[in-house]
This record gives sequence, structure tokens and C-alpha cells, in this order.
Amino acid sequence: MTATLDELLVQAMNEVASAPDAPQLEQVKARYLGKKGAFTEWMKRLGALPPDQRPAMGQAVNAVKDRLQEALDARRAALEAAVFEQRLVAERVDVTLPGRGQRAGGLHPVTRTLRRIEKLFASAGFAVAEGPEIEDDYHNFEALNIPAHHPARAMHDTFYVDEHLLLRTHTSPVQIRVMENGPPPLRVIAPGRVYRCDSDLTHTPMFHQVEGFWVDEDVSFADLKGILFDFLRNFFEKDIQVRFRPSYFPFTEPSAEVDIECVICGGEGCRVCKGTGWLEVMGCGMIHPRVFEFVNIDAERFGGFAFGMGVERLAMLRYGINDLRLFFENHLKFLDQFD
Amino acid sequence: MRVSETWLREMVDPSLSREDLVAQLTMAGLEVEAVELAAPPFGGVRVGEIRDIAPHPDADRLRVCRLDFSDGETLQIVTGAANIRVGMRVPVAVAGARLPGGMNIGQSKLRGVPSAGMLCSEKELGLAESAEGIMELPGDAPLGMDVRDFLRLDDALIELSLTPNRADCLSMEGIAREVAVLNGLDWNPVECASVSAETTEVWPVEIEAPEDCPRYLGRLIRGVDPAAVTPLWMKERLRRAGLRSLGPLVDVTNYVLLELGQPLHAFDAAKLSGAVRVRRAREGERLLLLDDQEIMLDGEALVIADDSGPLALAGVMGGRPSAVSDSTRDIFLECAFFSPTFMMGRARRFGLHTDSSHRFERGVDPNLQRRAMERATGLILEIAGGRPGPVSERVAESALPQRHPISLRLERVRKILGLPFEAQEVASILTRLGLELEATPEGWRATPPGFRFDLGLEADLIEELGRVHGYDNLPRRSPALASTLGAPSETRVALERIQDLLVDRGYREAVTYSFVDREILDRLTPEIAAIPLKNPISAELGVMRTTLWAGLLRAAQFNLNRREARVRLFESGLRFRMQNGAILQERCLAGLVTGLVVDEQWGIPSRAADYYDVKADLEAVLALSGRQEKLRFAPASHPALHPGQSAAILAAEGTVGWLGMLHPQLERELDFPAPVFLFEMEQAALEDRALPAFRPLSKFPPVRRDIAVVVEESTQAGDVLQSIAALRHPLIRHAWLFDLYRGQGIESGCKSLAIGMNLQDPEETLTDERVDAVVGEVLQCLARECRAQLRI
Repeated sequence: MTATLDELLVQAMNEVASAPDAPQLEQVKARYLGKKGAFTEWMKRLGALPPDQRPAMGQAVNAVKDRLQEALDARRAALEAAVFEQRLVAERVDVTLPGRGQRAGGLHPVTRTLRRIEKLFASAGFAVAEGPEIEDDYHNFEALNIPAHHPARAMHDTFYVDEHLLLRTHTSPVQIRVMENGPPPLRVIAPGRVYRCDSDLTHTPMFHQVEGFWVDEDVSFADLKGILFDFLRNFFEKDIQVRFRPSYFPFTEPSAEVDIECVICGGEGCRVCKGTGWLEVMGCGMIHPRVFEFVNIDAERFGGFAFGMGVERLAMLRYGINDLRLFFENHLKFLDQFD
Repeated sequence: MRVSETWLREMVDPSLSREDLVAQLTMAGLEVEAVELAAPPFGGVRVGEIRDIAPHPDADRLRVCRLDFSDGETLQIVTGAANIRVGMRVPVAVAGARLPGGMNIGQSKLRGVPSAGMLCSEKELGLAESAEGIMELPGDAPLGMDVRDFLRLDDALIELSLTPNRADCLSMEGIAREVAVLNGLDWNPVECASVSAETTEVWPVEIEAPEDCPRYLGRLIRGVDPAAVTPLWMKERLRRAGLRSLGPLVDVTNYVLLELGQPLHAFDAAKLSGAVRVRRAREGERLLLLDDQEIMLDGEALVIADDSGPLALAGVMGGRPSAVSDSTRDIFLECAFFSPTFMMGRARRFGLHTDSSHRFERGVDPNLQRRAMERATGLILEIAGGRPGPVSERVAESALPQRHPISLRLERVRKILGLPFEAQEVASILTRLGLELEATPEGWRATPPGFRFDLGLEADLIEELGRVHGYDNLPRRSPALASTLGAPSETRVALERIQDLLVDRGYREAVTYSFVDREILDRLTPEIAAIPLKNPISAELGVMRTTLWAGLLRAAQFNLNRREARVRLFESGLRFRMQNGAILQERCLAGLVTGLVVDEQWGIPSRAADYYDVKADLEAVLALSGRQEKLRFAPASHPALHPGQSAAILAAEGTVGWLGMLHPQLERELDFPAPVFLFEMEQAALEDRALPAFRPLSKFPPVRRDIAVVVEESTQAGDVLQSIAALRHPLIRHAWLFDLYRGQGIESGCKSLAIGMNLQDPEETLTDERVDAVVGEVLQCLARECRAQLRI
């Protein structure tokens, strides 16, 4: 028994302070507080003391043990903190380096525009229908009140597959197919590819249209004006001027072209609107009674309107694309711009 | 139709500015495409008369003229023109004048002789593309008058783009009538006074095809002056309408066509033999047309013929041999009504489209022929003289278009247009449009005029009411929507979802033409019958695609040629195939990948995409459908794909898609610098998905066991996994391949597959004994079916 309790404490405290890491700290703890630790030995020796000295000595030993325990805990915490600190330093990265992995691609602007059109009309309860692209003469022309040799056919520049089959020149045949298949009320849009035998700066032999129609007991020209007005303002997200101008389509009567205020120049007149301040964007009208006859819908009881729009045309105006042909080259530099 | 504003205003003159008139026409459905000026700007050009002409002292080709402007003053002008003569009235650009193109006229000297201006040709005034000599003005042109005023050159040419239904507006009278209706004005129809016959000579006319030609008028005019010239005013009006002057006889017929909308034709009577007959052509008859094209006729063609054969293609174009010429003295003037139902498409059969056929196809007023005949006769006599005979008219009344009354209900008008129209306004608009009205309890019985072929139904009249009232003045209503609850079925995969998935995996969507080059299809799908177009734009776009790969490969080439080495594209759309005589139009999803698997970037080794990268993308798509388990990738050969890297995607119904590397032979032929991977799936195979069906979660811990088995190189990993799946062992929740090894420790010609398995029992904790038993079963099965040995 050489060292006093205090000397032992000083020694223990020194060892705690100099323990370099957690395992060595635990060894220090074992040396002093373990089963055979120095302070444990002190406690064991208490029994050998006279009974009157035991409480005081017991208290003294416990106090020293408590102090050592505190020091151990503090040292352990400090060592842990240091380890953490080291890890934090070691794991530092350049947060400005770009992220890794596959980068997302993008949708074609036609699809992007079609989705927008579909969503807007879906919000007004229009369902989407599709039809064949190799279409028969009946659905593409006859049933739309365009008999053989009708002057309107000359304007369609049709691609023929054989005498009766052709590439649909518009999405209007889907109107016929839907009306053939189910009774009104019908509220449908029909997006898709259409084909015209024409190719130059402003025409491609294939493009996209959306046909839409609504057949019900009480549908008027005022509804047609209302729906298309709302559609165009929502599509362009702008309070643009919209005008309805009399026109002619064999499958509607009355028929109208829809013009919007030129979105390029704001109606001042520019190259895109040929100085008129107006852009033709859609054709529409009340479904012709003869068309209803073809599909056996009672034109006295039901009425309806139909409209058609060119998707590329709307996309060009919306995104400022100045060349129609870009749509079908699929140049990544072009497609990249619509992500 | 090109309309001269000054001409129009002579017939009806609304108090509207030019801009307002143009806007009014457009908004009435007569769309104005362009407005041009009748002449370019110039000034200081006056009407002068040549008083005398003297030779130039120092130049043979120049002459010195004295010009009189009737203001007591004369000007000396040197000219090189050959066609001048004393007494001729000409346009003179006097000093200070400014000509089109910016040329300024001043005092000058030509070869030493002073010249105070310039005599002008039509070309120099911007009135013609070319000219021979100085422009001659009429003898009564007022001396000293500004030429712009005299020729009324401050005129606008309004180009109308007329819809096919408005045949009635294919004439000045028609436009004037329309403008009058729109403005509530009266208008001045052309006066067509009856010409009294000076001879009794009647050329015999027979209609043998009365359905096709219900009315035919002919008149012989003898002794017209072959030297007559078309007066300037008429030439100017023709010019402004875009027609060339071709001599007075043709000019008169063209002029009446413009004025009244009635096509006429003048034959040289000296070239006719026997009665003029309107008949169907006979098979094999030929006709040399005015455009020097010889056409072969058949029974579908209607001709004007005489004893010698066809003279003209009725309503379309005259024949060269019977045409009037510089020496024509006697003419036979034709003015007919050809039925629009007959005329439709008749000109196009011969690749023709003329002012005449354009009008007859759309419908000429069947009551107009007599007026037009008198008008044309009057003008010919005025210009070229001659002695007219009586008009011989043949008419098949029963074949003439009948105007049936249309019943119009006021209630219907209001319902369709959504506007409470007053009866009075309806009646007023229809009356102004030339309809005859008879009141009925519900509205009217309205009979349209002969010139409105487009009015046959109630809906047509309702359109007229909306049009004249103004579409923009009709109400607009945001319809109250009766909403029906409805969402797409949960067991369908929307194409949108598939597209978005591919986009998120780095693909860009392409849209390529549905028609492609047959040559590429012959290489990609030689065994599939493609559908050719009868009239393609070009051979490169001649056949409907049998696979979307054709367009995607082209798009990839396009990009590679523009230094885009990494291409990942997909497209969805129809492919077209002929099968057992039926046309199949199948919606497909296809993709193409070439180049680096990911963009070049730090921290990821640069590596080209391979089969398995693309397969992962396709598997992700298949996973959407939840049919992944039911679809199999099986080695199979495809003419477009590398025989060692191509898989057919098999479903219960057969092959529904393909995945693989473009055949190296094609890769080389198509100039691809790196391998190209392709996939194509029938969209129908991707669309169904199962509704999720809940399975209770097991409370007991799962156990993982890994096995490594050695199989022969030719054994497919898919077969090994499939064998485990086919066990349908109730304790195996999931089995997957996590390693593939060849090399040291493995016999050559073999490979080692490491397979992980998760085992779990829903009812109790698995014991080691049970787990070992399962593994044993799996190994036995693999040994049996795949000749697999446990790797030790």
C-alpha cells in the first residue's frame, strides 16, 4: 500500500487524459474500476478497517470513483467527437461536381403539344378516340359529305393505297367511326397522324391533327364559340383575341375558320401573320345534317359541332418554331429543346 | 379571284375605306389573301399627242418628236421607239417625273439634241413584264391629263381566296351582289342589252347529252374585223384580273367571264363543218387542245363536235384547229350551261384546270346564258364590228337544276345559332340574298336564287344568317358541363406512362414518317409484305413502314452525320403489314440506342451501351405491365439483327417483340460507326396489367440462401431461372441471378451462375433442416433440367 487514494486518483486521471483512443480508454477504466481495478481493490479492503472508519473511507473511495467515472465519460465523449470530426473532414466532397448517371431525355414537341390539348379537353369531359391511318374512302370522304369529284377533294392531295384505301387526309374519319359505334351524347377528341401529298417549305407529307366533336340534344354554335375560345386562351395562357370567320367544309354547316391575334407580333402585323395581325389556327362548324344521316343520328333531335386543328401549327406558334420540317428530322439539337 | 377595287366600286360603292372593305369581305367568308396595287408608284406622266416627227441629225435610230399637251405649249422629246406616228397619244414622262424603280426624268440632251422628257412603254410604267414600243393611249385620252388618273391606276387588286361553295362570287357581279347584301345597298348589274340580228343565218346546234348540258346557246357573227384591237380599258381590266390580252375575240369572252361569271367560247366559223353537237366523245377520238396538248377521249368526256369530230372539251378548253386567229372573220359564239354534277372532276382527268372548268364544276347560274350571250355579242360588235345572227338556243328544261323551296324554322335558327333572331331580320337577310320567301306557321319556305348552288338545306340558310349577321356578333357560351365520373381503367398501362419511363431513362422521342424507302424494308423485314403507295412523294417515301426501325435508323444516321454520336430514341406509332390479303395496322413501341451508355462524365468509366443496357430499359417497360413474368426473351434470329444478339419476346399469343443488335452487315452498309441496339414491341402486349392483389405479410423472418451452379456454356441463364420458377415452390419467395463467372476454377466451356434465394414461410420460422431441403430440391431440379452441378 504505497500510494494514497489521492495519488491514485491523480495517476488515473492522467491516464484518462492521455488515452489516445476509445479502446485504450477502456483499458484505463478496467485498470481502475474493473473487477481487479485499483479502486475496486480499495473497496475490498474496506472490510479490513475498523468499523468506525469504514463509512468515511467508503465515502472517500466512492467520491474518487465518481470523479474518475466522470472523467472517463468526458474523455470518451471527446474521443468520439474527435473521431466524428475526423470522419467529417475525411468525407468532405466538392459539392459542385455534377451528379452522375443517366440524364432524362424528352418528349417530341408534337407529343408535348398533344398532351396539353388532350388535358385541356379532358377537363371539359372530352374522351380520346383513335382510328386507322390507312382509311377507306367512305370514312375519309363519302360519309363526311365529300362525294367523288367534289372540289374539296382536290384540296386534300390524297395518298392512295388502292382504289378504295388511302392515307387519311384528316382526323375527321374518326368522328364518323365514333358516331357509327355509339349513340349521343358524344364528347370526343381524336388526335393523330394525317397525310397529304404535298412537300415544300411549309408542308410536310405527314403531320398531326386533333379532331374534336360534341353531339348532344342542345348544342349550339354559341357553345362551339365558347369551347374554342376558352381552349385557345388556355392553350396560349394569354388573353388573346379570337375571331370566327365564315368558311366552308363539306362536313359542317355553318362552318368557320378560327383566327387568333398573332402571338408573334401581338396583332401588329408581321411576317408570320402576313401583316394581317391574325393567324388561322382551326376549322370548325356545326356537324352537317348529311353527316348525321350517314351515321344514322337523328339530326332533328341531336345537334353537334366539330373542330379540327393542326398540332404542328399550334406547337410552332406556342414555342416559336420557324420551320415545319424540323419536326420530322429528329435532330437531337432540336428535340433537346423540349425537355 | 382578283377583284379591281375601282371596278367593284363602279357596281357598288359602300362608304367603307379600302381596309374596312377588305375586312368586311374576309369576315363574310370571302377571305382576302392579299391586296396589291394596280401599278407601282410613279408620277409626272401625262397624256401627250405626237405633233410631228423629225429625224435626228446625228443618229439614225433616234427621232425628234414634238409633243402637245393642249396647254399651248409643246415639248421636244428624243426617242428611239419605232412604233410612233403623228397623231398618236402616248404617256409622256415630263421633266420632274419619277418612274417606277426610282428613275427621275429631267431635261437632257441626246446626241446633242435637247429632250424634255421621255415617251413611256407599258413596261416602263410597271404595267407589263415586257413591251414592244411606246404605249398607245386611245385617241380620246384627254391631253395633259395625268396618266395615273386616266388609267385609274390608283386601284387596289383584292385577291380573294374563295371556298368551293361560293361559285356565285366568281364574278364581278357576284362580288358586287355580296358587298351590296353586306352593306344593305343596291348595286348596278351589268347592262346586257339584246342585240338585234342582222342576218337570219342560224348555225344548227344539237344537244345529244342533255343531262350533261341542259342549255346551249350559239350565235353566228359574220364579218368581224381581223385587224381590230382590244380597247385599252378592257386590256387594263383583264390585266388587273391577271389575264393576258389575246386579241379582241378571246378578250371579250374572258371579260364577260370576269364580269358575269359565264364562260364563253368563240369558234372560227370557217373551220366548222355541219351542225354543232354537244355529245359524249367516242372511244379513241382525239382532240388537240388550245394548250397544244393532244388528248385521247372516251365516253366519259363531253365534247362540242361537228361533222369532222370533236372541236372542244366541253366547259374546259377549246380545240386548236377551230380556234379564232388573226384572220378570223366569222365566229360561232358558244354560251352554255354544263351541269356541275357532270363537270366535277372532268377537267382533272386530263390534268387540266381552267377558269371555265373551275366555274362550271362549282356551278354557273343556269339562267345567265342569254344575258352573257347578248353582252358578249354587244362587246364584239363594239370592238370588232360584224353582223350577228339570231341566237339559237337548245334547252332541256327537265335537266336544268331545279330550285326547291327549303323550309326554315325560326326556332331552329335560334337554337343552332344560340341567338334570339327576330323574324324580321331573318326575312330581311334572306331577301337581300336573293331568296324568295313564303311565310309558314313555323317560319318560311325559302327558294334560293339560281346562282346559289350551295343552298339546299335548312342548315345552309342558317349559315347564311349567321354569316351576314356576322359570326363575331353571335353569342359565345361556356357550356355548363354535365360531368360524368370516369377514369381510365386501372388495369391498362397508358402510353403516356411508358413514354415517360423511357424519357426518364434517357430516351428522346422521335416522330418519323410512316412511309419509308422500300430498300431499307427489304433489308429489315424481307419476309413481310409491305404496302406501297400509289402516288408517293418520292421513292424514299414510297412504302408504308413494316417496322418503326426504318425511321429510327434514318433519324440516327441523320444525327450521327451531325456529330451526335450518342443516340437514344424511341417512337410509338403504327406499323403497316399486309397479311393474307388484309392490312394490319399495329400500334408499336420501338427504340434505338447507339453510343455511350451514359453521357461522358466524371467518375463513371466511359463504355458503350450493350445488349443488357437496352434490355434493362425494355424490362422496365415490361415491368409496368406486370406481365414481365409471362413474357420471355428467347434466342431467335431476325434478318435485321445480329444472330448471336437477338431475342424474340414471347408471350402466350406468340412473338410480341424483338430486341437485339443491328446486324453487323447492316451496321456497315448503313455506315454506323458503332453497334446499334434496337427493340420493337407490339403496344397491345404492354397495355394490360393486373390489378394488385394483396398477400398477407409473413411475421416470420426470411432466410437467404445462395447457391452457385456450374452449367455448360450453351445453357441459358434464363432457362436456369425459369426452372426454379417452374418449381413454384411455396417457400421460395424470390430467386435471382447475382453473379456470372468464367475462368479459374471453372472447367472451360462452362460457366458458374450464382443465384440468391429468399425463403420464407407464412406460418412459422424456417428451420435449417427445411431450408436445406429446399436448396436440395432446387439443386436436384437444376441437375435434372439444366445439367447443373453445385459449384464446390
